[in-house]
Amino acid sequence: MSALVSVFSRDVELAFRAGGGAAQGAVFFGLVTVMFVFGTGPEPGALARVAAPILWTGALLASLLSLDRVFQADFEDGSLDILVQRTETLEFLVLAKAFAHWVGAVLPLLVITPVLAAMLNVEAMWPLLASLLVGSPALSLIGAIGAALTFPLRRANVLVTILIGPLFAPVVIFGTGAAADGALGAGFGAPPLMLLAAVSLFSLIVAPLAGAAAIRFNLQ
Amino acid sequence: MPSGPPRITMTARGVAGARGGRPVFEGVNLSLAPGEAVVLRGANGAGKTTLLRILAGLAGPSAGAIEFDGPDMNGDPPTAATASVYLGHLDGAKGPMSVDRNLAFWAQLYGRRGAPFDDVKERLFLSDLGRRPAATLSAGQRRRLGLARALVSGRPVWLLDEPTASMDSPSAARVAEIIQAHCASGGSALIATHEPMALAGERAFRMAAIGDAP
Repeated sequence: MSALVSVFSRDVELAFRAGGGAAQGAVFFGLVTVMFVFGTGPEPGALARVAAPILWTGALLASLLSLDRVFQADFEDGSLDILVQRTETLEFLVLAKAFAHWVGAVLPLLVITPVLAAMLNVEAMWPLLASLLVGSPALSLIGAIGAALTFPLRRANVLVTILIGPLFAPVVIFGTGAAADGALGAGFGAPPLMLLAAVSLFSLIVAPLAGAAAIRFNLQ
Repeated sequence: MPSGPPRITMTARGVAGARGGRPVFEGVNLSLAPGEAVVLRGANGAGKTTLLRILAGLAGPSAGAIEFDGPDMNGDPPTAATASVYLGHLDGAKGPMSVDRNLAFWAQLYGRRGAPFDDVKERLFLSDLGRRPAATLSAGQRRRLGLARALVSGRPVWLLDEPTASMDSPSAARVAEIIQAHCASGGSALIATHEPMALAGERAFRMAAIGDAP
Protein backbone atom coordinates (compact mmCIF):
# COMPACT_ATOMS: atom_id res chain seq x y z
CA MET A 1 0.00 0.00 0.00
CA SER A 2 2.74 2.44 0.94
CA ALA A 3 4.48 1.49 -2.31
CA LEU A 4 1.40 2.57 -4.28
CA VAL A 5 1.14 5.80 -2.33
CA SER A 6 4.79 6.52 -3.11
CA VAL A 7 4.23 5.92 -6.85
CA PHE A 8 1.14 8.12 -6.81
CA SER A 9 2.80 11.00 -4.99
CA ARG A 10 5.93 10.79 -7.15
CA ASP A 11 3.86 10.93 -10.35
CA VAL A 12 1.83 13.89 -9.12
CA GLU A 13 5.03 15.68 -8.06
CA LEU A 14 6.57 15.10 -11.50
CA ALA A 15 3.40 16.34 -13.23
CA PHE A 16 3.50 19.66 -11.38
CA ARG A 17 7.23 20.21 -11.86
CA ALA A 18 8.54 22.35 -14.71
CA GLY A 19 7.89 20.48 -17.95
CA GLY A 20 5.68 18.00 -16.17
CA GLY A 21 2.61 18.62 -18.31
CA ALA A 22 0.01 19.76 -15.76
CA ALA A 23 0.28 23.42 -16.77
CA GLN A 24 0.69 22.59 -20.45
CA GLY A 25 -2.58 20.65 -20.51
CA ALA A 26 -4.46 23.47 -18.80
CA VAL A 27 -3.06 26.08 -21.22
CA PHE A 28 -3.96 23.85 -24.17
CA PHE A 29 -7.49 23.44 -22.79
CA GLY A 30 -7.81 27.22 -22.51
CA LEU A 31 -6.48 27.73 -26.02
CA VAL A 32 -8.91 25.25 -27.60
CA THR A 33 -11.81 26.90 -25.80
CA VAL A 34 -10.77 30.41 -26.84
CA MET A 35 -10.51 29.28 -30.47
CA PHE A 36 -14.10 28.04 -30.28
CA VAL A 37 -15.16 31.38 -28.87
CA PHE A 38 -13.45 33.22 -31.75
CA GLY A 39 -14.90 30.83 -34.30
CA THR A 40 -18.48 30.99 -33.05
CA GLY A 41 -18.78 34.75 -33.28
CA PRO A 42 -20.75 37.28 -31.26
CA GLU A 43 -24.29 36.03 -31.88
CA PRO A 44 -26.08 36.09 -28.50
CA GLY A 45 -26.91 32.69 -27.03
CA ALA A 46 -24.87 30.75 -29.58
CA LEU A 47 -21.95 30.09 -27.24
CA ALA A 48 -24.00 29.05 -24.23
CA ARG A 49 -25.70 26.36 -26.32
CA VAL A 50 -22.44 24.66 -27.33
CA ALA A 51 -20.51 25.42 -24.15
CA ALA A 52 -20.77 21.96 -22.60
CA PRO A 53 -19.74 20.09 -25.79
CA ILE A 54 -16.81 22.49 -26.27
CA LEU A 55 -15.57 22.12 -22.71
CA TRP A 56 -16.00 18.36 -22.73
CA THR A 57 -14.15 18.01 -26.05
CA GLY A 58 -11.43 20.38 -24.91
CA ALA A 59 -10.92 18.50 -21.65
CA LEU A 60 -10.79 15.21 -23.54
CA LEU A 61 -8.18 16.49 -25.99
CA ALA A 62 -6.11 18.07 -23.24
CA SER A 63 -6.08 14.85 -21.23
CA LEU A 64 -4.96 12.91 -24.32
CA LEU A 65 -1.84 15.10 -24.50
CA SER A 66 -0.26 13.43 -21.50
CA LEU A 67 -1.87 9.97 -21.58
CA ASP A 68 0.75 8.31 -23.77
CA ARG A 69 3.43 9.20 -21.21
CA VAL A 70 1.72 7.48 -18.27
CA PHE A 71 3.83 4.34 -18.68
CA GLN A 72 6.20 5.39 -21.46
CA ALA A 73 8.17 7.87 -19.34
CA ASP A 74 8.79 5.13 -16.77
CA PHE A 75 9.60 2.61 -19.49
CA GLU A 76 12.24 4.86 -21.04
CA ASP A 77 14.19 5.54 -17.85
CA GLY A 78 13.91 1.99 -16.50
CA SER A 79 11.61 2.78 -13.60
CA LEU A 80 8.76 0.73 -15.05
CA ASP A 81 10.90 -2.39 -14.50
CA ILE A 82 11.46 -1.30 -10.92
CA LEU A 83 7.77 -0.67 -10.26
CA VAL A 84 6.63 -3.90 -11.91
CA GLN A 85 9.34 -5.95 -10.21
CA ARG A 86 8.37 -4.56 -6.83
CA THR A 87 4.60 -4.84 -7.29
CA GLU A 88 2.91 -8.15 -6.74
CA THR A 89 -0.49 -6.98 -7.95
CA LEU A 90 0.09 -5.09 -11.16
CA GLU A 91 -3.59 -4.10 -11.33
CA PHE A 92 -3.15 -1.80 -8.33
CA LEU A 93 -0.11 -0.20 -9.97
CA VAL A 94 -2.23 0.66 -13.03
CA LEU A 95 -4.85 2.13 -10.72
CA ALA A 96 -2.28 4.26 -8.88
CA LYS A 97 -0.80 5.51 -12.14
CA ALA A 98 -4.23 6.31 -13.61
CA PHE A 99 -5.30 8.15 -10.47
CA ALA A 100 -2.04 10.12 -10.49
CA HIS A 101 -2.72 11.07 -14.12
CA TRP A 102 -6.17 12.29 -13.13
CA VAL A 103 -4.77 14.46 -10.34
CA GLY A 104 -1.78 15.68 -12.33
CA ALA A 105 -3.38 16.25 -15.72
CA VAL A 106 -7.18 16.31 -15.47
CA LEU A 107 -7.76 18.07 -12.15
CA PRO A 108 -5.96 21.24 -13.38
CA LEU A 109 -8.46 21.29 -16.27
CA LEU A 110 -11.37 21.17 -13.85
CA VAL A 111 -9.82 23.98 -11.83
CA ILE A 112 -9.80 26.39 -14.78
CA THR A 113 -13.17 25.22 -16.14
CA PRO A 114 -15.20 27.86 -14.22
CA VAL A 115 -13.16 30.62 -15.88
CA LEU A 116 -13.62 29.13 -19.34
CA ALA A 117 -17.30 28.44 -18.68
CA ALA A 118 -17.82 32.08 -17.73
CA MET A 119 -16.19 33.06 -21.04
CA LEU A 120 -18.73 30.82 -22.82
CA ASN A 121 -21.69 32.46 -21.02
CA VAL A 122 -22.56 29.27 -19.14
CA GLU A 123 -25.16 30.00 -16.48
CA ALA A 124 -25.61 26.53 -15.01
CA MET A 125 -22.04 26.13 -13.72
CA TRP A 126 -22.60 23.39 -11.14
CA PRO A 127 -24.18 20.78 -13.43
CA LEU A 128 -21.31 21.25 -15.88
CA LEU A 129 -18.68 20.87 -13.16
CA ALA A 130 -20.52 17.88 -11.69
CA SER A 131 -20.56 16.14 -15.07
CA LEU A 132 -16.81 16.74 -15.52
CA LEU A 133 -16.03 15.61 -12.01
CA VAL A 134 -18.02 12.38 -12.35
CA GLY A 135 -16.97 11.56 -15.92
CA SER A 136 -13.35 12.64 -16.16
CA PRO A 137 -11.89 9.76 -14.09
CA ALA A 138 -13.02 7.51 -16.94
CA LEU A 139 -10.71 9.48 -19.27
CA SER A 140 -7.65 8.66 -17.16
CA LEU A 141 -8.71 5.07 -16.54
CA ILE A 142 -9.59 4.15 -20.14
CA GLY A 143 -6.57 6.14 -21.26
CA ALA A 144 -4.32 4.05 -19.02
CA ILE A 145 -5.31 0.98 -21.07
CA GLY A 146 -4.12 2.71 -24.23
CA ALA A 147 -0.94 3.86 -22.50
CA ALA A 148 -0.23 0.32 -21.28
CA LEU A 149 -0.76 -1.10 -24.78
CA THR A 150 1.53 1.35 -26.56
CA PHE A 151 4.37 2.33 -24.19
CA PRO A 152 7.16 0.46 -26.04
CA LEU A 153 6.33 2.21 -29.32
CA ARG A 154 7.72 5.47 -30.53
CA ARG A 155 5.13 8.06 -31.51
CA ALA A 156 2.68 6.34 -29.23
CA ASN A 157 0.74 9.58 -28.80
CA VAL A 158 -1.16 9.33 -32.10
CA LEU A 159 -1.75 5.63 -31.63
CA VAL A 160 -3.21 6.13 -28.14
CA THR A 161 -5.58 8.73 -29.56
CA ILE A 162 -6.72 6.42 -32.35
CA LEU A 163 -7.10 3.42 -30.04
CA ILE A 164 -8.74 5.16 -27.12
CA GLY A 165 -10.60 8.02 -28.82
CA PRO A 166 -13.63 5.93 -29.81
CA LEU A 167 -13.89 4.54 -26.27
CA PHE A 168 -14.28 8.11 -25.00
CA ALA A 169 -17.53 8.54 -26.98
CA PRO A 170 -19.87 7.33 -24.20
CA VAL A 171 -18.11 9.63 -21.72
CA VAL A 172 -18.69 12.67 -23.95
CA ILE A 173 -22.27 11.69 -24.81
CA PHE A 174 -23.35 11.18 -21.20
CA GLY A 175 -21.16 14.03 -19.96
CA THR A 176 -22.69 16.68 -22.20
CA GLY A 177 -26.12 15.10 -21.62
CA ALA A 178 -25.68 15.40 -17.87
CA ALA A 179 -24.58 19.02 -18.17
CA ALA A 180 -27.58 19.85 -20.40
CA ASP A 181 -30.03 18.04 -18.13
CA GLY A 182 -28.61 19.79 -15.09
CA ALA A 183 -28.99 23.15 -16.80
CA LEU A 184 -32.72 22.37 -17.20
CA GLY A 185 -32.97 21.74 -13.47
CA ALA A 186 -32.52 17.96 -13.24
CA GLY A 187 -31.20 16.73 -9.89
CA PHE A 188 -28.17 14.56 -9.26
CA GLY A 189 -30.23 11.39 -9.78
CA ALA A 190 -30.99 12.18 -13.43
CA PRO A 191 -30.23 9.35 -15.89
CA PRO A 192 -27.33 10.92 -17.87
CA LEU A 193 -25.32 11.67 -14.73
CA MET A 194 -26.06 8.19 -13.38
CA LEU A 195 -24.98 6.60 -16.67
CA LEU A 196 -21.85 8.74 -16.65
CA ALA A 197 -21.07 7.49 -13.14
CA ALA A 198 -21.66 3.95 -14.41
CA VAL A 199 -19.10 4.47 -17.19
CA SER A 200 -16.55 5.72 -14.66
CA LEU A 201 -17.20 2.80 -12.30
CA PHE A 202 -17.05 0.30 -15.15
CA SER A 203 -13.68 1.65 -16.28
CA LEU A 204 -12.50 1.55 -12.66
CA ILE A 205 -12.87 -2.24 -12.83
CA VAL A 206 -11.84 -2.89 -16.43
CA ALA A 207 -8.86 -0.53 -16.76
CA PRO A 208 -6.65 -2.13 -14.06
CA LEU A 209 -7.29 -5.63 -15.44
CA ALA A 210 -6.71 -4.69 -19.08
CA GLY A 211 -3.80 -2.37 -18.30
CA ALA A 212 -1.98 -4.97 -16.19
CA ALA A 213 -2.43 -7.60 -18.91
CA ALA A 214 -1.04 -5.19 -21.51
CA ILE A 215 2.02 -4.37 -19.36
CA ARG A 216 2.77 -8.05 -18.75
CA PHE A 217 2.51 -8.72 -22.47
CA ASN A 218 4.73 -5.77 -23.40
CA LEU A 219 7.46 -6.61 -20.88
CA GLN A 220 7.57 -10.29 -21.85
CA MET B 1 22.51 -3.34 7.68
CA PRO B 2 22.57 -4.19 11.37
CA SER B 3 20.84 -7.58 11.55
CA GLY B 4 21.38 -8.54 7.92
CA PRO B 5 18.75 -9.34 5.33
CA PRO B 6 16.57 -12.47 5.57
CA ARG B 7 18.36 -15.59 4.37
CA ILE B 8 16.81 -16.55 1.06
CA THR B 9 17.89 -19.27 -1.37
CA MET B 10 16.91 -18.78 -4.98
CA THR B 11 16.75 -21.86 -7.19
CA ALA B 12 16.13 -22.03 -10.93
CA ARG B 13 15.31 -25.47 -12.32
CA GLY B 14 15.37 -26.23 -16.03
CA VAL B 15 14.62 -22.63 -16.95
CA ALA B 16 14.26 -21.79 -20.63
CA GLY B 17 14.00 -18.25 -21.86
CA ALA B 18 12.93 -16.48 -25.04
CA ARG B 19 13.53 -13.00 -26.35
CA GLY B 20 11.05 -11.51 -28.79
CA GLY B 21 9.46 -14.94 -29.24
CA ARG B 22 12.78 -16.62 -30.17
CA PRO B 23 14.17 -19.19 -27.76
CA VAL B 24 17.53 -18.06 -26.38
CA PHE B 25 18.56 -20.61 -23.78
CA GLU B 26 17.18 -23.72 -22.13
CA GLY B 27 17.89 -26.04 -19.25
CA VAL B 28 19.43 -23.48 -16.92
CA ASN B 29 19.87 -24.90 -13.41
CA LEU B 30 21.18 -22.35 -10.99
CA SER B 31 21.10 -22.00 -7.26
CA LEU B 32 22.00 -18.93 -5.26
CA ALA B 33 22.41 -19.52 -1.54
CA PRO B 34 22.75 -16.85 1.18
CA GLY B 35 26.25 -15.40 1.15
CA GLU B 36 26.93 -16.41 -2.42
CA ALA B 37 27.99 -14.19 -5.32
CA VAL B 38 27.65 -15.71 -8.75
CA VAL B 39 29.00 -13.97 -11.83
CA LEU B 40 26.98 -14.63 -14.95
CA ARG B 41 29.24 -14.83 -17.97
CA GLY B 42 28.47 -15.32 -21.62
CA ALA B 43 28.83 -13.74 -25.02
CA ASN B 44 26.51 -10.99 -26.22
CA GLY B 45 23.14 -12.54 -26.94
CA ALA B 46 23.71 -15.54 -24.68
CA GLY B 47 20.64 -14.52 -22.67
CA LYS B 48 22.15 -13.06 -19.51
CA THR B 49 19.69 -10.16 -19.35
CA THR B 50 16.79 -12.43 -20.33
CA LEU B 51 17.68 -14.82 -17.49
CA LEU B 52 17.95 -11.99 -14.95
CA ARG B 53 14.57 -10.60 -16.01
CA ILE B 54 12.99 -14.03 -15.67
CA LEU B 55 14.51 -14.55 -12.22
CA ALA B 56 13.29 -11.09 -11.18
CA GLY B 57 9.77 -12.04 -12.22
CA LEU B 58 9.57 -9.42 -14.97
CA ALA B 59 9.07 -12.06 -17.64
CA GLY B 60 7.82 -15.62 -17.48
CA PRO B 61 10.12 -18.54 -18.32
CA SER B 62 9.13 -20.60 -21.38
CA ALA B 63 9.87 -23.70 -19.29
CA GLY B 64 11.09 -24.55 -15.82
CA ALA B 65 10.48 -22.95 -12.45
CA ILE B 66 12.06 -20.45 -10.08
CA GLU B 67 11.76 -20.82 -6.34
CA PHE B 68 12.59 -18.57 -3.44
CA ASP B 69 13.06 -20.46 -0.18
CA GLY B 70 13.44 -18.90 3.21
CA PRO B 71 11.57 -17.43 6.15
CA ASP B 72 8.24 -15.72 5.51
CA MET B 73 8.43 -12.03 4.74
CA ASN B 74 5.58 -9.98 6.21
CA GLY B 75 3.69 -13.20 6.76
CA ASP B 76 3.98 -14.53 3.20
CA PRO B 77 6.47 -16.93 1.61
CA PRO B 78 9.23 -15.00 -0.22
CA THR B 79 8.71 -14.24 -3.91
CA ALA B 80 10.76 -12.47 -6.55
CA ALA B 81 8.85 -9.27 -5.72
CA THR B 82 9.55 -9.39 -2.00
CA ALA B 83 12.98 -11.06 -1.87
CA SER B 84 14.87 -9.69 -4.88
CA VAL B 85 15.87 -6.39 -6.39
CA TYR B 86 16.67 -6.03 -10.09
CA LEU B 87 19.09 -3.48 -11.56
CA GLY B 88 18.77 -3.42 -15.33
CA HIS B 89 20.72 -1.55 -17.99
CA LEU B 90 18.75 1.59 -17.13
CA ASP B 91 19.09 3.09 -13.70
CA GLY B 92 15.46 4.03 -13.18
CA ALA B 93 16.25 7.40 -11.62
CA LYS B 94 13.86 10.24 -12.43
CA GLY B 95 15.84 13.00 -14.15
CA PRO B 96 13.95 16.01 -12.77
CA MET B 97 14.16 14.74 -9.18
CA SER B 98 17.22 15.19 -6.99
CA VAL B 99 19.43 12.29 -5.94
CA ASP B 100 18.00 12.54 -2.40
CA ARG B 101 14.41 12.56 -3.66
CA ASN B 102 15.07 9.50 -5.84
CA LEU B 103 16.55 7.66 -2.86
CA ALA B 104 13.64 8.69 -0.65
CA PHE B 105 11.17 7.47 -3.27
CA TRP B 106 12.89 4.09 -3.48
CA ALA B 107 13.02 3.78 0.30
CA GLN B 108 9.26 4.31 0.44
CA LEU B 109 8.67 2.03 -2.55
CA TYR B 110 10.46 -0.85 -0.81
CA GLY B 111 8.71 -0.16 2.48
CA ARG B 112 11.80 1.24 4.21
CA ARG B 113 10.57 4.76 4.67
CA GLY B 114 12.73 6.90 6.90
CA ALA B 115 15.75 4.63 6.55
CA PRO B 116 18.76 6.97 6.67
CA PHE B 117 20.72 6.81 3.44
CA ASP B 118 23.68 9.05 4.26
CA ASP B 119 25.71 5.88 4.64
CA VAL B 120 24.53 4.57 1.25
CA LYS B 121 25.48 7.84 -0.42
CA GLU B 122 28.88 7.84 1.23
CA ARG B 123 29.66 4.30 0.16
CA LEU B 124 28.79 5.10 -3.45
CA PHE B 125 30.56 8.50 -3.55
CA LEU B 126 27.23 10.32 -3.86
CA SER B 127 27.44 12.45 -0.71
CA ASP B 128 28.12 15.71 -2.54
CA LEU B 129 25.49 15.08 -5.18
CA GLY B 130 22.42 14.81 -2.94
CA ARG B 131 20.70 17.94 -4.21
CA ARG B 132 21.64 17.53 -7.85
CA PRO B 133 18.84 16.57 -10.27
CA ALA B 134 19.54 13.04 -11.49
CA ALA B 135 19.43 14.26 -15.10
CA THR B 136 22.61 16.31 -14.55
CA LEU B 137 24.68 13.35 -13.34
CA SER B 138 27.31 11.71 -15.53
CA ALA B 139 26.76 8.17 -16.79
CA GLY B 140 28.98 6.67 -14.09
CA GLN B 141 27.35 8.76 -11.34
CA ARG B 142 23.92 7.67 -12.53
CA ARG B 143 25.04 4.05 -12.43
CA ARG B 144 26.15 4.51 -8.83
CA LEU B 145 22.77 6.03 -8.02
CA GLY B 146 21.12 3.03 -9.69
CA LEU B 147 23.12 0.68 -7.50
CA ALA B 148 22.21 2.70 -4.42
CA ARG B 149 18.67 1.40 -4.95
CA ALA B 150 19.84 -2.16 -4.26
CA LEU B 151 21.27 -1.00 -0.92
CA VAL B 152 18.19 1.07 -0.05
CA SER B 153 15.81 -1.76 -0.95
CA GLY B 154 17.05 -4.06 1.81
CA ARG B 155 16.28 -7.04 -0.43
CA PRO B 156 18.49 -10.09 0.14
CA VAL B 157 18.78 -11.27 -3.48
CA TRP B 158 20.46 -8.80 -5.83
CA LEU B 159 20.05 -9.36 -9.58
CA LEU B 160 22.51 -6.97 -11.23
CA ASP B 161 22.92 -6.44 -14.96
CA GLU B 162 26.29 -4.84 -15.77
CA PRO B 163 26.43 -3.00 -12.43
CA THR B 164 29.82 -1.40 -13.16
CA ALA B 165 29.02 -0.17 -16.69
CA SER B 166 30.55 3.29 -17.35
CA MET B 167 32.15 3.41 -13.87
CA ASP B 168 35.74 4.48 -13.21
CA SER B 169 37.97 1.94 -11.52
CA PRO B 170 37.67 3.27 -7.92
CA SER B 171 33.88 3.16 -8.27
CA ALA B 172 33.95 -0.32 -9.77
CA ALA B 173 36.19 -1.50 -6.94
CA ARG B 174 33.78 0.03 -4.43
CA VAL B 175 30.87 -1.77 -6.07
CA ALA B 176 32.73 -5.06 -5.67
CA GLU B 177 33.27 -4.21 -1.98
CA ILE B 178 29.60 -3.43 -1.54
CA ILE B 179 28.53 -6.69 -3.15
CA GLN B 180 31.04 -8.53 -0.98
CA ALA B 181 29.72 -6.86 2.18
CA HIS B 182 26.13 -7.65 1.16
CA CYS B 183 27.01 -11.32 0.73
CA ALA B 184 28.99 -11.38 3.97
CA SER B 185 25.88 -10.23 5.82
CA GLY B 186 23.83 -13.13 4.42
CA GLY B 187 22.60 -11.63 1.16
CA SER B 188 23.39 -12.96 -2.28
CA ALA B 189 24.05 -11.51 -5.71
CA LEU B 190 23.85 -12.68 -9.31
CA ILE B 191 25.91 -10.37 -11.49
CA ALA B 192 25.87 -10.37 -15.29
CA THR B 193 29.03 -8.68 -16.48
CA HIS B 194 31.81 -8.69 -19.02
CA GLU B 195 34.19 -6.91 -16.66
CA PRO B 196 36.44 -8.74 -14.23
CA MET B 197 34.83 -8.68 -10.77
CA ALA B 198 37.22 -8.85 -7.86
CA LEU B 199 34.98 -10.84 -5.55
CA ALA B 200 36.51 -13.27 -3.09
CA GLY B 201 34.88 -16.67 -3.35
CA GLU B 202 32.84 -15.77 -6.42
CA ARG B 203 31.49 -18.51 -8.60
CA ALA B 204 31.07 -18.11 -12.34
CA PHE B 205 28.08 -19.38 -14.26
CA ARG B 206 28.58 -19.60 -17.99
CA MET B 207 25.69 -19.19 -20.37
CA ALA B 208 25.58 -20.09 -24.03
CA ALA B 209 22.81 -19.37 -26.47
CA ILE B 210 21.04 -22.31 -28.08
CA GLY B 211 23.14 -23.44 -31.03
CA ASP B 212 26.36 -21.85 -29.74
CA ALA B 213 29.14 -24.05 -28.48
CA PRO B 214 29.38 -23.54 -24.70
